[in-house]
Amino acid sequence: MSQHPGRSGGRSGEPSGIVVRGVHRKFGDFVALDDVDLEVKPGGLTALLGPSGGGKSTLLRIIAGLDYPDRGTVEIAGQDATFLPPQRRSVGFVFQHYAAFKHLTTARNVAFGLEIRKRPKNEVAEKVQELLELVHLEQFADRLPSQLSGGQRQRMALARALAVEPEVLLLDEPFGALDAKVRKELRDWLRRLHDEVHVTTLFVTHDQEEALEVADEIVVINEGRIEQVGSPGDLYDRPANDFVMSFLGPVTRLAGELVRPHDVEVLLDERAGAVEVTVTKLLRVGYEVRAETLAADGSTPWVQLNRVQVDELGLQVGAVVWLRALVVRAAA
Amino acid sequence: MLRTIAVLYVTGLVALPVASVVQHTFADGLAPVIEVITSEDFLAALRLTAIVAGIAVTINTVFGVGMSLLLVRYRFRGRRFISAVIDLPVSISPIVVGVALILVYGSYGWFGGALEDAGFRVIFAVPGMVLATVLVSLPLVLREIVPTLEEAGIEQEQAAQSLGAGPWQRFWRITLPTIKWALAYGVALSLARSMGEFGAVRVVSGSVAGVSQTLTLYVNDSYQEFGAQAQQQAFAAAFVLMAIAVVLIVVIAALRPKEDRS
Repeated sequence: MSQHPGRSGGRSGEPSGIVVRGVHRKFGDFVALDDVDLEVKPGGLTALLGPSGGGKSTLLRIIAGLDYPDRGTVEIAGQDATFLPPQRRSVGFVFQHYAAFKHLTTARNVAFGLEIRKRPKNEVAEKVQELLELVHLEQFADRLPSQLSGGQRQRMALARALAVEPEVLLLDEPFGALDAKVRKELRDWLRRLHDEVHVTTLFVTHDQEEALEVADEIVVINEGRIEQVGSPGDLYDRPANDFVMSFLGPVTRLAGELVRPHDVEVLLDERAGAVEVTVTKLLRVGYEVRAETLAADGSTPWVQLNRVQVDELGLQVGAVVWLRALVVRAAA
Repeated sequence: MLRTIAVLYVTGLVALPVASVVQHTFADGLAPVIEVITSEDFLAALRLTAIVAGIAVTINTVFGVGMSLLLVRYRFRGRRFISAVIDLPVSISPIVVGVALILVYGSYGWFGGALEDAGFRVIFAVPGMVLATVLVSLPLVLREIVPTLEEAGIEQEQAAQSLGAGPWQRFWRITLPTIKWALAYGVALSLARSMGEFGAVRVVSGSVAGVSQTLTLYVNDSYQEFGAQAQQQAFAAAFVLMAIAVVLIVVIAALRPKEDRS
């Protein structure tokens, strides 16, 4: 494809960023967003990651104009958009449950935004064809949404959002309603699509694996506050606090410190800084082995090992070993 | 056994009376029937029925669509109260509706005097008959649309909005196609109800032949007159009303499955 839909990110020719300043939103007594500041990089694929009820969807909806902040501002492509209605924001929105127009065919769904803008018929047809090819739905152009699978509907919804060349693309738990296998496929596919179409993309997810795998940048949000912003590697290796560390991957507590279970060394003799423990359980999951232990202080740290390591160490239930953290986290 | 009872029950209750109307209508062949349905009074009654039912259904369609959007999409104080009040006119006897209208809009009613001074007559005129018909079929369109709107949810509208569609574009391109079968069904029901209304219209119309007599009133007044001619008029008009009802039932039946399929 010589020309990618949405590549230019609309008016300016360059991808546009999103700037959120001091956004506060309350629902009754519940503070959904507590003075949030956020800058989303132009042209990036950014994940808003957090537990349910943490405020990530509310933030996305405020950026889309589907909800409004009690105070604070939202800027899209350098323009104040805080109280602009959604139809004047140039924002593409993809819903968890697709929001397919049930009475329109796939092609008419994709064409919707262009028809609203009264583009010439041949231009619309051309663009729709191009987008259907991009999302691999060209042979389903004349089907109704009810005749498509969940994954196909979501790809249609994405093509529909991209058709109007939005400044930014917002996705609210886009794969949340799909089964595990399709979810995995669509994840890879979204990553590749974004490499082709460099529109600034912000997607909400509660699945840390999805965020780590797909995003360039992750924004961890919890209880209405942003906990940390960084690359997947940054966040995993250098979490700002215990919440980010435990939300992004497995953790265990060794001598009071939170560590990753695969960053723990098992020693057969006592050394400086090592904790003496008794192995209580060896749980095999395929090639991986989860070794559970009991320390003298009553804590129960566990270690992620593999079969080769267990065999080399001659590890058995009841054995006394010493555990030492390989990676010591800098104080947050 | 059960089936026999069901068949007998329906036959006795519906089929026999219907058949007897048909039989009485055509007892002396087609000529007297044609004479009645080309008579001035009958045509005036038919025209008045069409006008009253047409206006009432139009009003109730606009009201039903607007109000159902309001009730489904917005949460406001008094929402449940409004919803209950809308059902009230069909729950009480049409006669009571008619009498209530006279108490409010009649010459000695709350507003009637003032309206008459301004040269606008409600009771014993078409506006009163329209009002009575609107009231007795008030919630029919609304109650058909509300479940469809609730099931469809708000996300399609929001998606259309984010794609640049303004309020009217969203209404024509998303809302209306979503509710169209429910709307058609509601309109057909309202039409059937409006054309068949007797009690409330009787009270507020005065039933003057050729002036304020709808088809149902025409049937009633003719039937209560003496003479074979009057009886013939009553049966012919009753037959026409019934034929229209049958057509509406067929339309409704044809619409129903489509709605279920979608």
